[in-house]
Amino acid sequence: MTEIKFSARGVNVYYGATHAIKDVDVDIQDKTVTAFIGPSGCGKSTFLRCLNRMNDVIPIARVNGDIRLDGEDIYDRRVDPVQLRAKVGMVFQKPNPFPKSIYDNVAYGPKIHGLAKNKTELDQIVERSLRRGALWNEVKDRLDAPGTGLSGGQQQRLCIARAVATEPEVLLMDEPCSALDPIATAQIEELIDELKQSYSLVIVTHSMQQAARVSQKTAFFHLGHLVEYGETGHIFTNPDDPRTESYITGRIG
Amino acid sequence: MNDSQHISSAFDRDLEAIQAMIMKMGGLVEAGLLDAAKALETNDEELAATVRQNDMEIDALEELVNEEAARVIALRAPTASDLRTVLTVIKISGNLERCGDYAKNLAKRTSVLVQMRPPQGTATSIRRMAREVELMLKDVLDAYIQRDADLAEDVRQRDHEVDQMYNALFREFLTFMMEDPRYITSCMHLHFIAKNLERVGDHVTSIADQVIYLVTGEMPDDARPKGDRTSFANPSIDKIP
Repeated sequence: MTEIKFSARGVNVYYGATHAIKDVDVDIQDKTVTAFIGPSGCGKSTFLRCLNRMNDVIPIARVNGDIRLDGEDIYDRRVDPVQLRAKVGMVFQKPNPFPKSIYDNVAYGPKIHGLAKNKTELDQIVERSLRRGALWNEVKDRLDAPGTGLSGGQQQRLCIARAVATEPEVLLMDEPCSALDPIATAQIEELIDELKQSYSLVIVTHSMQQAARVSQKTAFFHLGHLVEYGETGHIFTNPDDPRTESYITGRIG
Repeated sequence: MNDSQHISSAFDRDLEAIQAMIMKMGGLVEAGLLDAAKALETNDEELAATVRQNDMEIDALEELVNEEAARVIALRAPTASDLRTVLTVIKISGNLERCGDYAKNLAKRTSVLVQMRPPQGTATSIRRMAREVELMLKDVLDAYIQRDADLAEDVRQRDHEVDQMYNALFREFLTFMMEDPRYITSCMHLHFIAKNLERVGDHVTSIADQVIYLVTGEMPDDARPKGDRTSFANPSIDKIP
């Protein structure tokens, strides 16, 4: 039985007067890939951003409800968002390496969180993270080269390596492959499959085929509601809600 | 069932096109069964030859359906009810192709049977049975195109009647053969015809299963109705008049 990592109850999000997320309840399992799908503006990215309090930085955003990571309220006043984001890492649509060397990109997080006692330990963390990001063999001879000089797919894997360097428990991915070619996409998907041995992963994607390929659980969002959440195989073969069926079969809902 | 249109109208056209092929195949098989049975009853060798000829078209359609289904899977990655539509056309076209073969076989045996005199009334019984399975086929095709799971279930249940007709004919032929050995050749042919029509009923039942799967997403859970018990028949203990 897989453990529950995130438990959300009665989550509502407002951007000023706009009600973006309406009463969402969801349990996200550990060591599982969960895909959020839905049309643009349905709230899937907004909900993803609630999970590591990225909405805190948007002044007009208001989040109500209860979101617990391993049973602890992540919106509690005592929780430091910076510590939370070390535990709940994030990878974005556009690869965004720091304008630094490949080594420093990965070493930055462990340094500021004091995860390494000395240079040797830091070297080990960098190597381990780059291996987990399936990038080590391609960059081990040029760790001092700028991260921005890598190809798009390599940059995205560098961002994943950077995210895993702080030993997170959850990885959030907001359309991690939409700027990548099919080969780089396949490499990231293979990586996602490996990473689920160690982490809980949540991926927002517009590619339904990608959701079907990489995830075990799928959540379909529509107009701010979580319409249906279940086994990916079930969602894509015989969904319960007609709105889910309309969306995944490419019909007008 | 989802009746609204795809955003991609070409996808709708593809799915409609393969379903139209299924309906065309179904129509040809229906006509083949009826004509073959009519040819048998009226000793119409010309009509029997036409039935044999038309089976080629059914075979060609089956291949076309499978090619188109493979193309839709490769190009459109269908999901949910669209996926079930594609999966069911592949199976149904296989069932219809077999039914077409049985109609053709019926027509072949007709050409042999016109040379001899089968027992009185047997051709009429065969024709009645052919009409019954043709009616089941017509209804299951209607159920398919209208996505009517209730009608499909009704067709499944009616397979019992066809099985009973076959059991009755089996005993009848056995009796004729025991009474007069000169009937053996014709009755052997007639028996194969009856058995083949019974098999058509099974294929129609299998199509009905596919319709239920297409509509509900699940195969019917009870085992398919089975009524052929002639394998247990034993002439020595059967009461022969």
